[in-house]
Amino acid sequence: MARITSGVSTSHVPAIGAAIDLGKTESEYWAPLFKGYEWSKQWIKNEKPDVIVLVYNDHASAFSLEMIPTFAIGCGDEFEICDEGFGPRPVPVVKGHPELAAHLAQSLILDEFDMTVINEMKVDHGLTVPLSLMFGQPDAWPVKVVPIAVNVVQYPPPTGNRCFNLGKALRRAIENFDEDLNVQVWGTGGMSHQLQGERAGLINPVFDNGFLDKMVNDPAALAAIPHLEYLIEAGSEGIELVMWLIMRGAMGDKVNELHRFYHVPASNTAVGHLIIEPTN
Amino acid sequence: MVDNSAFDDIPGTTVFTASRSREGFQLNQFCMSLMKEENRTRFKKDERAYLDEWKLTEAQKLAVLKRDYNEMIANGGNIYFLAKIFATDGKSFQEAASTMTGMSVEDYAQMMLNGGRSPDGVRSIKEGR
Repeated sequence: MARITSGVSTSHVPAIGAAIDLGKTESEYWAPLFKGYEWSKQWIKNEKPDVIVLVYNDHASAFSLEMIPTFAIGCGDEFEICDEGFGPRPVPVVKGHPELAAHLAQSLILDEFDMTVINEMKVDHGLTVPLSLMFGQPDAWPVKVVPIAVNVVQYPPPTGNRCFNLGKALRRAIENFDEDLNVQVWGTGGMSHQLQGERAGLINPVFDNGFLDKMVNDPAALAAIPHLEYLIEAGSEGIELVMWLIMRGAMGDKVNELHRFYHVPASNTAVGHLIIEPTN
Repeated sequence: MVDNSAFDDIPGTTVFTASRSREGFQLNQFCMSLMKEENRTRFKKDERAYLDEWKLTEAQKLAVLKRDYNEMIANGGNIYFLAKIFATDGKSFQEAASTMTGMSVEDYAQMMLNGGRSPDGVRSIKEGR
């Protein structure tokens, strides 16, 4: 049977992808950020996950305003890298796991989480930057990926509580898949940042570090945070943090914290990174 | 009835609701078109002519031509869509964000290096906190 071995959360700032692609990771500006991922890269080499269920948001790349699915699951064989306005990132195509994805889509929908099924889509920095941070620059990604895309672009995103419960349903579904697979669940985006208006550049380390603490010890408290509080405390784009709660919901009640990193700034954003594993 | 008035109390912030999405539909779809190299080339060659192919309001077109991102947002633009414009211009997210704050690019970059903008004082207009 498939099992959830661990959860990873990380910011997915596009400038981090550009720094990797342009060979700037050793620069004075970027070196402290990449140092925070060194342990993680070594760890994941030893962990060798088979599949990552990767929760992220599309940034007006695959989804325009024609259709705005709240929760979507990528069921394709592979996902090409999209051109976000400066050419596609020079990273490998992302290979899917269509059998697991089909199983998850059916299980989640029958468990009353109405996923939009995506058979073909391109993926943007929201999905590829976390892969680059964890795996560096391989010729091919060493894992298969089932993308779960969450709308956080047009208000309202799903509530934190809905995301937390989707994570719990995801765990039930993964553990009911017959193939013997080590599965990680990743939640990406955040932490505090605002990219628009006169308040652009907002960073709230008190909120962010409290969030990191509660990701480990008190996720139910995080699930109760209303959208307005994210907007005020974490900035208009900090609301992406609801996606971390899908990962946390999939880990079960108690977790061990394996690694934590927090860094300001990456471009306009506070970067947070956490690796946890279920204790049961 | 949904009530989004609380958003107006957050200074310098525009929340991209479904009604703003309606207002900005054509503007944001125009931005999406810039994900293709051929369209970027045509846009750069004659911005006005390219914009005239879209059903934008005059205010939206002028805001794009001036690269006034606050004005684009006030007319229904969403930052993730507008990002295609500054990507076409070869500008970073940080440069583009700084233009919305009234700060110079250098001052904004320094503020970020110093830990970013504190939420203190920019949480609520009414409560002044």
